[in-house]
Amino acid sequence: MTTGTTDAHLKAKAAVHAAAPSTPALVLQHGPRNAGDRVYRTILTLLALLLPLLLVAVAAQLTVTSWPALKRFGPGFLWHSTWDPVAEVYGAAPMIFGTVVSSLLGLLIAVPLALGAAIFLTEFAPRWVRQPLGFLVELLAAVPSVVYGLWGVFVLIPFLRTVGVPPLKALFGWTPFFKGVFYGNSMLAAGVILAIMIVPYIAAVSREVLLAVPTTQREAAMGLGATRWEAVWTAVLPYGRSGIIGAVMLGLGRALGETMAVTLVIGNRHDLSASVLQPAYTMAAALANEFTEATTQMYLSALFAVGLVLFVITIAVNALARLLVWRVARGAAVGSKAL
Amino acid sequence: MSARAIRRRAKSVVMTGVVAGLALLAVLPLLFIFGDLIHKGATSIDWNFFVKSPVPAGDTGGGVANAIVGTGIIVGMACLIGLPIGIGAGLFLAEYGNGRLGWLVRFVADVMNGTPSIVIGIFAWTWLVRPVGHFSAMAGGAALAMLMIPMLSRTTEEMVRLVPNSLREAALALGYPRWRTSLAVVARTALAGIVTGALVAVARIAGETAPLLFTALGNLNFSTAVNHPMQTLSLQIYVYATGPFDEWHRLAWAAALVLMGFVLLVSLAARWATRSRYETR
Repeated sequence: MTTGTTDAHLKAKAAVHAAAPSTPALVLQHGPRNAGDRVYRTILTLLALLLPLLLVAVAAQLTVTSWPALKRFGPGFLWHSTWDPVAEVYGAAPMIFGTVVSSLLGLLIAVPLALGAAIFLTEFAPRWVRQPLGFLVELLAAVPSVVYGLWGVFVLIPFLRTVGVPPLKALFGWTPFFKGVFYGNSMLAAGVILAIMIVPYIAAVSREVLLAVPTTQREAAMGLGATRWEAVWTAVLPYGRSGIIGAVMLGLGRALGETMAVTLVIGNRHDLSASVLQPAYTMAAALANEFTEATTQMYLSALFAVGLVLFVITIAVNALARLLVWRVARGAAVGSKAL
Repeated sequence: MSARAIRRRAKSVVMTGVVAGLALLAVLPLLFIFGDLIHKGATSIDWNFFVKSPVPAGDTGGGVANAIVGTGIIVGMACLIGLPIGIGAGLFLAEYGNGRLGWLVRFVADVMNGTPSIVIGIFAWTWLVRPVGHFSAMAGGAALAMLMIPMLSRTTEEMVRLVPNSLREAALALGYPRWRTSLAVVARTALAGIVTGALVAVARIAGETAPLLFTALGNLNFSTAVNHPMQTLSLQIYVYATGPFDEWHRLAWAAALVLMGFVLLVSLAARWATRSRYETR
């Protein structure tokens, strides 16, 4: 019976194939159909190619415009700390320092919060908490940067001045990291606002990573007698480790390039200070503040060089982060010893 | 139960409490921000705020009509450029994206999603402002489109990939060519998801400031000319927040409340467009 139908099926198929070339209707249908498909595919491919093209164009344009500054100051541009538009001497060290330190400070505060939120949402939260809490975390990501900045200037900084900094100064005032008078606009304020801003990114991506960890991982651990927390700590987190590291790096990438909120609270001074209570600068903030003031070619070129450094750093961080996240989310980490 | 077992249980309970506390702490700033926005912004919002343009510095009153209209125009231009490209690229990734080119485009989209928007801003300035010699709303729209495209292409791809293969096979078996299958059956089925992706992208670019600083620039007067500087709510908030006048700060909070309300509305609409997906979960 089965063979019969299969045979009949095959015969019918063969008949169609044999008949196709000699049936004009089918041939006609074939021609324009393929043409339509080709056109469709070509259009989509061209649209998709715009993305890599745009990336190349941005990289090329930044390099070309910053070339005069790069040629004149060489690699020393990265570690010289004088930024003097009048004397036409440019060194980006304070901005690079400020960008990196404010972002790391942000990470330091954000990572425990974000990972705690992700672990709670995927492993412990009852159903009725998951959705609203998850939605609130998503909303944090939807608040525009400039609104964070406004809130930072008029709410966060006064709060830090009256409530946050005095105890910090009392405890750690003797270290170089909390020296000096706190006026408000500072590295600390930038770090705190960055932390609030990147929590949703880190939480959202680590949540995806944790959800991608197979349930069998948890069941196996609990089957061996582990408590729920032990299951999470020994079986779930190690499995998703590279993905979580990736999530943290995505947050870092965001923090490095964040502009408006930081510009509003960091104080915008070309200083190199170990104290987080002092004003500082970031590369993105320098671009936002000084770009329209760049009256000479060299000034403009130096600012583009700052943009190029920022671009290269964020691209590197993001590329690495993506590869790490893809590892877990695509299941490539299964069986391997996951970093 | 042995003492050890009790200790382990207790640790599990305590750690559950710790992560729950951290989760609460993570969303706490959001509640404060919303509270402050309403507390400091709501009292300044009246009819005039929506229909009047700013008055000279130092005077009281005035509104942000120019910024509201400007935001609409610039975001609209960004959509005009960004939607076809982003959705097209997303369809490419879903339909033909399993090869090397697909991998590259996907990777570039993800990497560009994290590119600082200020860098896109100075790029747009060199290509669209410097050659013409003046700032323009059009350049601002193009800069926002560049931010929108990578985001949109990835969400479109994800949504299109959710469409069951059997639908595609059914259409092909009925003699539909691939392109019609793709557009009329696959993309049509994923439409709600694509709309959600577009709305999320709109919500994000509507609040962007950095890429507009050197493109749209801002404009204290009412203007609808797309080849001249134009104001947006985000730019207006920035100018008012950095200004020295209390009156400006008051208006900044009100403008921020309006912007946040718009972003919230679009985000909710995005959820609503794919509500059935969330209900079944």
